Amino acid sequence: MSNPASTGTPNASPSDVIPFNATRQGPDDLGRFGAFGGRFVPETLMDALNQLTAAYEESKTDPAFQSELHYYWKDYVGRPSPLYRADRLSSFAGGADVYLKREDLNHTGAHKINNAIGQVMLARRMGKTRVIAETGAGQHGVATATACALFGLTCTVYMGEEDIRRQKLNVFNMRTMGATVVPVASGSRTLRDATNEAMRDWMGSSRETHYTIGSVVGPHPFPMIVRDFQSVIGREAREQILEKIDRLPDAVVACVGGGSNAAGIFYPFIEDVEVELIGAEAGGRGIKTGEHAASLTQGRPGVLHGSFSYVLQDDDGQTQDVHSISAGLDYPGVGPEHSYWKDQGRVRYESVTDAEALAAYEETARREGVLPALESSHALAQAFKEARRLGPGKVLIACLSGRGDKDAYEVARLRGEPMG
Amino acid sequence: MNRIDALFTRLKAEGRRALMPFLTAGDPDLATTAVLINELVGRGADMIEVGVPYSDPIADGPVIAASYHRALQQGIKIAHVFQTLRTLRAEGSEAVRATPLVSMVSYSIIHRVGVERYLNDAATAGLDGLIVPDLPVEESEALQKKATQRGLKLIQLITPTTPRDRAVEIARLTTGFIYYVSVAGITGVRKELPPELKDNVAWLRTQTDLPICIGFGIGSPDQIRQLAPVADGLIVGSALVRRLGDAVNRSRAEIVKEIGDFVGELADALKPEPGA
Ligand SMILES: Cc1ncc(COP(=O)(O)O)c(C=O)c1O
Repeated sequence: MSNPASTGTPNASPSDVIPFNATRQGPDDLGRFGAFGGRFVPETLMDALNQLTAAYEESKTDPAFQSELHYYWKDYVGRPSPLYRADRLSSFAGGADVYLKREDLNHTGAHKINNAIGQVMLARRMGKTRVIAETGAGQHGVATATACALFGLTCTVYMGEEDIRRQKLNVFNMRTMGATVVPVASGSRTLRDATNEAMRDWMGSSRETHYTIGSVVGPHPFPMIVRDFQSVIGREAREQILEKIDRLPDAVVACVGGGSNAAGIFYPFIEDVEVELIGAEAGGRGIKTGEHAASLTQGRPGVLHGSFSYVLQDDDGQTQDVHSISAGLDYPGVGPEHSYWKDQGRVRYESVTDAEALAAYEETARREGVLPALESSHALAQAFKEARRLGPGKVLIACLSGRGDKDAYEVARLRGEPMG
Repeated sequence: MNRIDALFTRLKAEGRRALMPFLTAGDPDLATTAVLINELVGRGADMIEVGVPYSDPIADGPVIAASYHRALQQGIKIAHVFQTLRTLRAEGSEAVRATPLVSMVSYSIIHRVGVERYLNDAATAGLDGLIVPDLPVEESEALQKKATQRGLKLIQLITPTTPRDRAVEIARLTTGFIYYVSVAGITGVRKELPPELKDNVAWLRTQTDLPICIGFGIGSPDQIRQLAPVADGLIVGSALVRRLGDAVNRSRAEIVKEIGDFVGELADALKPEPGA
C-alpha cells in the first residue's frame, strides 16, 4: 500500500504512538460499560460487527496502522489542536481561567475528522470499497466524505431533510468531494432517521461496505472505537495543560450529542478523580416545554440504534421527538459509556437551552473572534456557568468541538435577517 | 401443546407447508387488523405474524416502516394490541382460536414494558411466540428462559451473513421454528431471491430438527412454489402490508377482500398440483 507512513517517512515516532485504552474502563466482551451498551441489532449485522471488532483489535497493535493514523492526524488534520487560554471570555465569565481545546481548527472544522480517518482506514484494512455514514450537522458527513476522497473509497451519506435545510454548506461540500448525499424524508427528518437509513443500507451491503458511525453510539464495537479515536483530544489537552500550568485542570466541559467529542476529551481524565467532568446536553426550548434533546438528564435506560443507554422514549418504548437548535445535538439517544459515567457519578450532565447556546455563540464571536459551532456553543454556555461557580484561580477546559461557519445561515434566519 | 408445535406436527403428517402472512397491528386500525386475521385464516393462512409497530425498525424496509408509522400515528399502544388479540382468542371462530399467533416486536418495546410483563401479557393475549428482530442470541438468554417458562416460543433468525458454526448455535437456542432470512438486507419484496438460498436452507436442514420457515423478500405465488420444497413454512410480509398503504381512500371491505384474495392465491400455490 503506498502511504507515506509505510514508505519510510513516518511523522510519528513509535513513542508518539500512545496505545489506546491506556486507562481501561471497558467495555467487556459483550460490549458492556456496566449495564450499558451491548448489541441490539438484527442477526444480519452480527457478522459485520464481529469482523470489525477483530480488525480493530488487530489495528491497535499494528505499528504500521498506528503510525499511518498519527501521520494523517498530524500532517493532514493539523493535530495537535491548540489549547488556547481565552482571556476575554474568562473575564466575561468572571471566575476560572477558561481554556479552549481548539478542535475547530482541525481540517474540515470539527473533531469528527479524528474518527472518520481512523474508521475509513479500518474500512480499507478490511478490504471494503464503500463507506456509508449518517450525519446531523453534516460535520461527520463532511469528515467521512473527506476521508473517502483521501483514501479513494466510495462514500454515501444519509442526512435528514430538515438537517439538509439547516446545514446546506456541508451538503454542498460533501457533494463536491464526490460523496452521494441521500436525503431522508422519514420520521422527524433529522439525525435519528438518518441513522435508521444508514443501518438499513448496511443490512444489505455489509459485505463490501463499512458503516462509519459518527459518534460513540450504536452497537459494540462502535462506542469503543469512536471513543478511542476521539481520545486523542483528551490526551493532547491533558499534556498541554500540564505543560502550561504544571497541574491538571479543575474541570473539563464538553457538549454531548451522541457524545463523541465529550468521550474523547473526558476519557483520558477519567482516572484523575480531582478533575470535574461536565457534559452539556441540548435543553432546546427548555426542559419544561418537552422540546429538548436531553437524553441523559431527562431520559431513562432503553434500547435505541443497537445499544442500551439513556434514551428519550415513551412508556411503550417508542422514541420521542426531540428538538435542538443544533442539528448535531438533535438526537434522542446517547453513547452507552456516558450512561455508565452518569450512573457511576463520574461525569455530571447538565442541559443548556437554545437561547443560552446562541448567547454563548455571540459572546465567543465578539470577545475572542472565534465563531463556534452551535453544538460547541452549548459547551461554552455551560463552561461560563462552571467558571463562575469555580471562581478565580481555578482552571477549566472547554472542548470547542467545531467551528460555526456551517451555522451562519441558520443563525441569520433565527435572527430574522436571512442571507440569500 | 403450544399451537406452533401442534401446527408443524400436523403439517408434517399431511406433507404440507405453512403459509405465514405478516400484518402490522393497527394499520389502518386495530378493528381492521382483527377482521383481517379472521379473513386470512379463512383463506388458508396457517400462522399469523403480528407486527408490533415501532418507531425505529432498522430491519424493515420502507413498506413496513411506513405501515408502523401509520399505526403509531393512530395512537396505537401495545396494550391495545394485546386487547385486540385477547378478544380474537376469546370470540374468534374455532379455526382462528387454533391458529398460532406470533408477535414480531422490537426489544426496545419489550425492555420498556418490562420483560416479565410483556411475556405475561403476550401469554394472556393468546400469543404463542415472539420474534425479536433486534435481539441477537448473545443478548437473548434471559428472555429465552422466561418465554419458555410461560410456554412461549422465542424464534431466532438465521441469515445469509450468519457463519455456519454460528447458525448451528442459533438453531440450538431456538424454540418453535427457525426463521431463515432469505436475503442479506431489510424486509421488502425482491424480484429475485439469491440463487444459493435453497442450498443454504437444505444445509441447515441437516443441522436441526426444528421446522425452518423462510421470510423476507417473498411476494408472489411463484416464489412460494419455488421455495416450498425446501421450507416448512413461508412468511409473506411487505407484499401484504403494501396493500394496506392507501387504506384511507378505500373501505375496510375492499381492503380485506384484496388482501384475502392475495393470501388465497398464495395458499393455492402451496396446494399440490392437480393430478400431480
Ligand atoms: C461541532 C460538533 N460538535 C459536537 C457534535 C455532537 O456530536 P458528539 O456528541 O458525538 O460530539 C457535532 C455533531 O454533529 C458537531 O458537528
